Amino acid sequence: MSDERTLDLLEAKIEELRHLDAADGIDLSKEIERLEAKLEELRQELYANLSDWERVKLARHPKRPYALDYIDAVFTDFYELHGDRLDGDDRALLTGLARLDGRTVVVVGQQKGRSTEENKERFFGMPRPQGYRKAQRAMRLAERFGFPVVALIDTPGAYPGLESEEHNIGGAIAESLLTMAGLRVPIVAVVIGEGGSGGALAIGLADRVLMLENAVYTVISPESAAVILWKDKERMKEAAEALSLTADRLRDLGLIDGVIPEPLGGAHKDFDRTASALKEDLARRLAELANLEPKRLVEERYRRYREVGRYRDASHEGE
Amino acid sequence: MPIFKEKDYLRVDLDREPDESLWMKCKSCGELVFKRRVRENNNICPSCGEYFFLTSVERIGLLVDEGSFEDIAEPITADDPLGFADRKPYLERIAEAQAKTGLRDAILIGRAAIAGIPVVIGVMDFRFIGGSMGSVVGEQICRAIEAAIAGRRPFVLVSSSGGARLQEGLFSLLQMAKTVAVRARMAEEGLPFISVMTYPTSGGVQASIASLGDVVIAERGALIGFAGRRVIENAMSQELPSDFQSDAFAFEHGAIDRVVGREGMRDELASLLRFFVETG
Repeated sequence: MSDERTLDLLEAKIEELRHLDAADGIDLSKEIERLEAKLEELRQELYANLSDWERVKLARHPKRPYALDYIDAVFTDFYELHGDRLDGDDRALLTGLARLDGRTVVVVGQQKGRSTEENKERFFGMPRPQGYRKAQRAMRLAERFGFPVVALIDTPGAYPGLESEEHNIGGAIAESLLTMAGLRVPIVAVVIGEGGSGGALAIGLADRVLMLENAVYTVISPESAAVILWKDKERMKEAAEALSLTADRLRDLGLIDGVIPEPLGGAHKDFDRTASALKEDLARRLAELANLEPKRLVEERYRRYREVGRYRDASHEGE
Repeated sequence: MPIFKEKDYLRVDLDREPDESLWMKCKSCGELVFKRRVRENNNICPSCGEYFFLTSVERIGLLVDEGSFEDIAEPITADDPLGFADRKPYLERIAEAQAKTGLRDAILIGRAAIAGIPVVIGVMDFRFIGGSMGSVVGEQICRAIEAAIAGRRPFVLVSSSGGARLQEGLFSLLQMAKTVAVRARMAEEGLPFISVMTYPTSGGVQASIASLGDVVIAERGALIGFAGRRVIENAMSQELPSDFQSDAFAFEHGAIDRVVGREGMRDELASLLRFFVETG
């Protein structure tokens, strides 16, 4: 998004003028007002009609709030739990206890790094098997104590590497899905950034699935789809359109339950507002689920997934 | 058996065959071998032992008692919920795959008997868009499991799949959750689920239903893994061992119970199933 830099420059300029205005007693308010109007106009132009590919880039924006940002803003008293009790602690997937409006919940979520160093530790938010096994451990804990589970999804995908395969990443994802399918406490999943394939779904089998407005959720990255299906790595924009990966589209297809609005330009433009919208929606969904008997809860979750899929009747077609 | 056209699908170089109708050249050892001998040998090269692909129909013929297979597939076919077109519209791709294979989609399901033991079996077919799992495959797997529960039979799934079907987008991804949800239900029924992984069992299929067998058996020569070798090499510029994601690799790292040769698979399944079901 090259135009985004223009916006940033303009924003910085306005800030600078404000300082001058305050420091030197020169009245620049007219000028500031004019620039602010211009900024708003440019913002509208840039963000009001994002292409799907631009939305993918927004979902991966380096300033985009990550799981820990929401954990700090939405919950109180986050108490992180570490380790899968088998062979490690995956830093790309966080688990812990927290309070939402005073009530204990278990949070699981993928966490990207801000700096190169942090990304080295967090594997760019790509969990390894240890992460998914830790998530299962945390969810089992939630089940034992009747705590609801909140999953914050933000990953390019499970970590693709030798080490992952040696520890059976596919099996770990499958087991995580199996755990969630039968879990006797409410599960609400929110895609806050990137919902990348099986590594995202692995913590996303839930009673309610929400997406932030500029989050994406997809079976494969547009870049990989371009290579595999179009045999041309430059065609990721087309691939992004074809994959139907935006929140609005997925809601229209009936695959998610709700879209949480973001300020123009993305969640990072007004984080407090985004976080409070997320909190409100989350609290409402959890309240809907709170009074269901565990058996009924699991049954309804089962129905939800048993029904998913679109196919045509072919009984009239010949062999 | 249902009405399927018998087709050759051997991983061989047909172009350089001296007599296409009788001989084929093995891609692995280069020997010219009699096609009929290959077929009689379970599509295994009589010269070097290389395994060629089996179609789902051939696989069923190999595993179940003769004449015991009863097709229970629902008469459903792929829809195009996203209006997807890459280099080709999705439904055109489906029609081509159907014409090529004589199948409606990438799986056959049915009731059958293995050495007299009644089972429900599902067999995936790699020829059909890489054996990929979209809404139809997901639904048929679920119905197979439900038929197993209803008939109090074990369920055997033979996977041969590259993973989720990309052309159905998130619908395909969610088939992972769907098949697992139904599998979870079967786990409450005291009925065994035997997962057989063949070449290849990867991506979204390996990361869901195929990994959740009570017992997981790999056919010798299987490829088992989540992310493809090229994806990992490109993304991570990581050097991978030559046996990466092979049957031996999966076994060595504890992802599967056993590796079994094709010729012994039927007896293996029969012996295994007898631990779980009473036979008269």
